[in-house]
Amino acid sequence: MTADSKFHHGEAPDVAPIIEMQNIEKHFGNIIALAGVSFDVKPGECHCLLGDNGAGKSTFIKTMSGVHKPTSGQILFEGKQMSFSTPRDAMEAGIATVFQDLAMIPLMSVTRNFFMGREPTKGVGPFKRLDMDRMNEIAMTEMREMGINLRAPDQAVGTLSGGERQTVAIARAVHFGAKILILDEPTSALGVRQTSNVLATIDKVRKQGVGVVFISHNVRHAMAVGDRFTVLNRGKTLGTAKRGEITSEQLQDLMAGGQELAKLEGSLGGTV
Amino acid sequence: MSEDAAQAVRDERMKAEGLGARILKRPELGAVAGFILVTVFFLLTADPAMFTFSGIVNFMTPAAQLGILAIGASLLMIGGEFDLSIGSMVAFAGLFFAAATVTLGLPLIIAIPATFLLSAMVGSINGIIVIRSGLPSFIVTLAFLFVLRGLSLVGLKIATGGSTQLRGVREAVEGDWLAPFFSGDAFGALFKVLADAGIIETFNNGAPKVPGLPIEIVWFVLIALLATWVLLRTPVGNWIFAAGGDANAASNAGVPVRKVKISLFMVTACCAALVAIITVMDAGSTDARRGFMKEFEAIIAAVIGGCLLTGGYGSAIGAFFGAVIFGMVVIGLTYTDFDQDWFQVFLGGMLLVAVLFNNAIRKRVTGER
Ligand SMILES: Nc1ncnc2c1ncn2[C@@H]1O[C@H](COP(=O)(O)OP(=O)(O)OP(=O)(O)O)[C@@H](O)[C@H]1O
Ligand SMILES: [Mg+2]
Repeated sequence: MTADSKFHHGEAPDVAPIIEMQNIEKHFGNIIALAGVSFDVKPGECHCLLGDNGAGKSTFIKTMSGVHKPTSGQILFEGKQMSFSTPRDAMEAGIATVFQDLAMIPLMSVTRNFFMGREPTKGVGPFKRLDMDRMNEIAMTEMREMGINLRAPDQAVGTLSGGERQTVAIARAVHFGAKILILDEPTSALGVRQTSNVLATIDKVRKQGVGVVFISHNVRHAMAVGDRFTVLNRGKTLGTAKRGEITSEQLQDLMAGGQELAKLEGSLGGTV
Repeated sequence: MSEDAAQAVRDERMKAEGLGARILKRPELGAVAGFILVTVFFLLTADPAMFTFSGIVNFMTPAAQLGILAIGASLLMIGGEFDLSIGSMVAFAGLFFAAATVTLGLPLIIAIPATFLLSAMVGSINGIIVIRSGLPSFIVTLAFLFVLRGLSLVGLKIATGGSTQLRGVREAVEGDWLAPFFSGDAFGALFKVLADAGIIETFNNGAPKVPGLPIEIVWFVLIALLATWVLLRTPVGNWIFAAGGDANAASNAGVPVRKVKISLFMVTACCAALVAIITVMDAGSTDARRGFMKEFEAIIAAVIGGCLLTGGYGSAIGAFFGAVIFGMVVIGLTYTDFDQDWFQVFLGGMLLVAVLFNNAIRKRVTGER
């Protein structure tokens, strides 16, 4: 089955990476969440980050997006050493992230959430104000592109369905992710149509030269769009494989951390 | 495509939403409803003099003094924090301002900015401690409630050589060109013209009964308008709602949450300083009890105005009406046959009703989650 063949795949571009993470360690008190992880993202590729629950994937991408400061290790952004002290810094450098918890404010409207922190304005000097019409229009359009027709842009995010909310977060990151787009399990709550939209969007932005980091527990989704695959296990990398160097079965075994998958009833076997 | 466009305008999954339902979603609804209720109550029970022009100015003056604090408090509450030290801040800023003008003899052009600067500094200390420690602002500012009140007492004794009252402010600022912006009445000339034309009430000698609009009312209205504009129409307003709604999510989404919160503490302290400057110049003196309990009254006005105690929701216009309700009740009772001390009972009742009401509204807005 090669349903994935409809996606473009970067021929492992031999260009300099946009961001290079070297030997990243992250400790929380006495808990070692990351024990030296190296990872890089090149323009126009989709680099999948895979691994078991608690492997450290979310922690790792949070060091990339300015949420956590690594305990040790180096971050090179476009060749220069970089230390993002806030997510805002990372965003200004062109890194947009869909966090696993989505980073949405339930009491605020879809539009206000969409532009939170990067609101477009009109007018000058003291009369500078939010450009509400443009904000509403962009939010609605971007959502429609992802396959969700919102009822109204001023609906509170708290009243959206789980998948709708996830789509707002994805649409927001796609809209603002100028150089790097990080997606932490973006399809966990999505319907079939919306999932294929997200995968198609990854493909689209990759063609525009954006580097994508894609975290997923679904091997088929990863195989469909990934150019490279890095597997994390217990805070360390098990290695990085290029597309074509590894089969879904091998990848699935690595993702399980080398442990046997529970034997499934015959009728369920092979469909995970 | 035209079908698509039509769909963007109307969605078949939406019921038509009447004006009523729209209004029901506004945070200031409770305060406006309360305002109407209280007005009707006093129209029925109070001496009609309460609703003459001079009567209105009479209750709007204390409402304005509280309201300036309440608007600051409401912005801070929407941003997810409390400041229990604003009452003490009024005393502290009042002492500093009085000492600057009387003891040091500084002109207002220096004394007023210096007072704001000092207050902003104290506000930022509050904010930085709250942000750095991650402690609830309730506790940190409770400490400052006592620290600032104590400092005001000690400072007064030093400045006066043992007394807890510092007099002579009026004489010290007399003739200063900045004084009319912070004391007395505004639009005096206009009121004179209106009185001569017979549009407003006059005394027998032809002078208007109300010589002008007390300056604090002008500040109150301007600040309410400015705060509403900032909250609803600027990026900073969006950041305030976001920081109060979920500080972690807001920060992850790129909102400079720390800066927003510390600035809000500074704004609140500056509101206290403004009230201090106006009331000290008005009274001509300051004492250590200035602003006593005002922190609670300001928070009550903000809550009546629709602010959620958990942050992320509320309005400055609501706080405006909350403060007006406050002024009406405090002063209005003197126009009725009721004992004035009913005021506290009334206030507690209002607060309880407002909190219950806001809670219901919030569930409506977030779809009961
Ligand atoms: N703030 C924190 N304080 C302490 N421990 C943490 C913190 N954040 C993460 N950890 C620990 O670090 C480890 C990695 O967590 P992380 O969220 O990165 O896992 P993950 O790979 O994203 O898992 P999942 O697939 O379930 O999302 C976990 O064992 C977690 O308990
Ligand atoms: Mg995770």
